[in-house]
Amino acid sequence: MLSINMTGARDHLVIALNGEVDASNSVELDEVIQEALSGSTQKILVDGRNLEYISSAGLGVFMSYLEDFREKEVAFVIFGLNDKVMNVFHILGLDQLIRIKNTQEEAEESLYDA
Amino acid sequence: MTHELKLYCEKSRLAELRSFIAEVLVPTQLSAISQNQLILAVEEVCANLIIHSHDCNPQSYIWLTIHLNSDRIIFEIKDSGKAFNIIEYKSPEINAVVREKRKGGLGLLLVRKIMDKIEFETDHTFNTCRLIKKLKSK
Repeated sequence: MLSINMTGARDHLVIALNGEVDASNSVELDEVIQEALSGSTQKILVDGRNLEYISSAGLGVFMSYLEDFREKEVAFVIFGLNDKVMNVFHILGLDQLIRIKNTQEEAEESLYDA
Repeated sequence: MTHELKLYCEKSRLAELRSFIAEVLVPTQLSAISQNQLILAVEEVCANLIIHSHDCNPQSYIWLTIHLNSDRIIFEIKDSGKAFNIIEYKSPEINAVVREKRKGGLGLLLVRKIMDKIEFETDHTFNTCRLIKKLKSK
């Protein structure tokens, strides 16, 4: 099960993921990121505190937008990943390609100071 | 100990697959991170078969057998769809995935990084993929 919530705060959007992302629902994550990118925001935060599991289908969604973020100069930061989920990003070295922070505070700091 | 699951080829069944493997792995006392890695690797292979070899046909199924041995865990995934030779498959470079904005291709890379050994065989009736994880002796 996956539920996704998108909210606006200051100049950024927060996409909160709740549950498990796999091949059955990664398209939902894809649609939300696409929607976020279609607006005018230059700052996107992903709240991963309640993300329990992610498979390559979910990782692939993030990876497929990295070029768009770069081209559109959108700052993209993920925060709050639990150890299991963080490990999956780490296995592929994706933690080197995507900005990942421990807390929301650190993530926001990184969005606004950059 | 051997455990078996008949998994119908629907993506919505992947959660059921994860619960099954998690249950089987309880007695191994592997860390939560290691258990998650094994669940992930098996799911990646099964998701691949469900989507690419069986076109998500809910009447098709694959068999997962888990052998828990003292020194290793063997995950045997058997199906009769289009043979997909995981050993011959060449995973893409991460940089190419980013450049080409690809959403797929990372799954089997994860499997290779997580498992110690991968075997594949086909006899034109069944395809068998074996994922082997060695357990560290204490």
